[in-house]
Amino acid sequence: MAEKFINRKDFINNLPKIYGTYTGGFLVFIILMAIAEQAGMTAKTIGICFVAFTVAIYALIGWISRTVQVDAYYVAGRQVPTVFNGMATAADWMSGASFVAMAGGIYFGGYTYMAFLVGWTGGYVLVSSLMAPYLRKFGCYTVPDFIGTRYGGNLARFMAVVVLTLASFTYVTAQINATGTIASRALGIPFELGVWVGLVSILLCSMLGGMRAVTWTQVAQYIVLIIAYLIPVFWISNKNGFGFFPHFMLADEVARLNDLEATFGLVKNAAADIKAAGVPGGLKSISVPHSDVPGGGMAAWKFISLAICMMVGTASLPHILMRYFTTPSVKAARKSVAWSLFFIALLYTSAPMLATLSKISLLDPNLPTGLIGKPIAEIMQIEWVNAWVNVKQAFIADFNGDGILQLNEWFMRGDVVVLATPEVAGLPYVISGLVAAGGMAAAMSTADGLILAIANALSHDIYYKIVDPKADVRKRLLVARALLIVIGAAGAYIASMRITSILGAVAWAFDFAMSGLFFPLVLGIWWKRATRAGAVAGMIAGLGSGTAYLIYVGPKFMAQTPWLGIDHLRFGIIGASVCLVVMVVVSLMTEEPDSATQKMVDEVRVPSGKTILGKAH
Amino acid sequence: MSNKERHWEKTKGLMMITLAIWFIFSIVIFMFGESLNNGSFLGYPLAYYMCAQGSIVIFVVLIFWFANRQEKIDEEFGFAERGEDE
Repeated sequence: MAEKFINRKDFINNLPKIYGTYTGGFLVFIILMAIAEQAGMTAKTIGICFVAFTVAIYALIGWISRTVQVDAYYVAGRQVPTVFNGMATAADWMSGASFVAMAGGIYFGGYTYMAFLVGWTGGYVLVSSLMAPYLRKFGCYTVPDFIGTRYGGNLARFMAVVVLTLASFTYVTAQINATGTIASRALGIPFELGVWVGLVSILLCSMLGGMRAVTWTQVAQYIVLIIAYLIPVFWISNKNGFGFFPHFMLADEVARLNDLEATFGLVKNAAADIKAAGVPGGLKSISVPHSDVPGGGMAAWKFISLAICMMVGTASLPHILMRYFTTPSVKAARKSVAWSLFFIALLYTSAPMLATLSKISLLDPNLPTGLIGKPIAEIMQIEWVNAWVNVKQAFIADFNGDGILQLNEWFMRGDVVVLATPEVAGLPYVISGLVAAGGMAAAMSTADGLILAIANALSHDIYYKIVDPKADVRKRLLVARALLIVIGAAGAYIASMRITSILGAVAWAFDFAMSGLFFPLVLGIWWKRATRAGAVAGMIAGLGSGTAYLIYVGPKFMAQTPWLGIDHLRFGIIGASVCLVVMVVVSLMTEEPDSATQKMVDEVRVPSGKTILGKAH
Repeated sequence: MSNKERHWEKTKGLMMITLAIWFIFSIVIFMFGESLNNGSFLGYPLAYYMCAQGSIVIFVVLIFWFANRQEKIDEEFGFAERGEDE
């Protein structure tokens, strides 16, 4: 029955009603929880209710969306309306890191860190103008599907799968890690178990229905995560009288932070002092100005180069590009990119505001929540300080031994900015439960998109296109689902071993993707002369040189001095440049593509007419 | 020039304009972040404001504008899709 329900045309027409009811239901649930809190429900029970209730709903959506059709499994039947695809992409895009760590990053990194904000939004201009509409016209199921068909040959397809897997897997373990952290905290279970609970939740959303199930759960997850992010920001701002609409009204607070920094002095603690005081790993103190721009050309270049890597990487990440394969038309794909960025911007423009609110709450001695300048003995009596210090998420090191807290003596983990701000500002616990559900939604939705991207590439491009082209639909979907479990389990295993740090920063995923995929994708559409040999050579050289450079400068590898400030977060600049040069040179040296290929490129460039690849292929 | 070629010329032109605007607001202005911060908008230091909100809002508007312009180009040359709109 459910299968019939979701295949009906009026399902699509009724989407606003369905998700409207869902949003209303979620708000009612929050109110019920708030009433339960007043009636004496414990913080722990509230946390469990929030996470269990939302995950149960995602699982239900995943079950209703189950399918046995190839195009429903791979591209959600190509019927996802623009605005809903925008929401799904936003959830796909905003990871546990965006939700939990971004405000903390801005809190500690100030202006310099905000290069990530510019990079993670500006990339969508590249997606819309260079990639998404053309890939939609092509009608591929996966990103390697485009590379394999445009350039021809199994080697090109295989290399694209290699880049995709490397980039996406780097990213996915961090997401499973985040679901594990949140699940373990909210449900009160050990982290190692939390990781597997997180994985089961993730697979419930994607296994039976593939892309279709992931699409409809991601929309639901977006609604939860945006509510969970915006309510605390607006509440804190209004409660403390900073302004009714924080985004436009925090200028005074930003200026005040500037003054406070001058008063307290920004001190960078010596590594030896930090070690001697026993500050737990990963905790930081504020040593960088909030809104001041660091001077000098090198600082500007570091900002710009990071933004470039994140932008170009965005336009190359397969789990994002494949979302635009699900729209009903080319025109809808273009509009959908705009809606995606709109929904992303709602959260990204709020993150600096949350960082500002959180910082002023802690720093300003005139506010009741201010800590700096107060006696340490008194501060340790505060309930939330005590709780976060006990779990090693915050720390006080009295370097000068005067018993008074200085700015450089207060340490905390970046995540605390989002997770503890409701407590710091004295909001009821129901908000903390809501934030946990939001973080879970953000991490789950991204993990789902990534695992599906890898599993689809392996099942469609490796198994069906290369290994067994005669496989029937049943077998193909069986393989796709089996791979989903295997990849998820591999990610969860690495996360549960607590060795995610070997896979490095999330930024690496962007650098890997841009090194190997950006130019083969762009030139495949925009340069008819690009040949198979050029693309293959470009992917190998780009990925190879990028990875070699990463090993050369990576702090955990050879740790050599970066060239021109291009450090391990920015190695994609090297990889993508090498890829471009090699691809152009080799293409020009080899014979130009045959007329069938050229005609195919011509067809991709106009929206009307049939897709290059058939509806089901 | 055939209809298809003229359509592609115009499409390329729009892409160039879009990317030029993108380039200014994602890269060029941040080359001058230090001096930009002497200015202000809504009371925020300007460079801070641009990365916290300004550029992001411009990107959103830019993509909507681009999508509409491209639709017009497709219609002008008769390459718009039919019957498949949502």
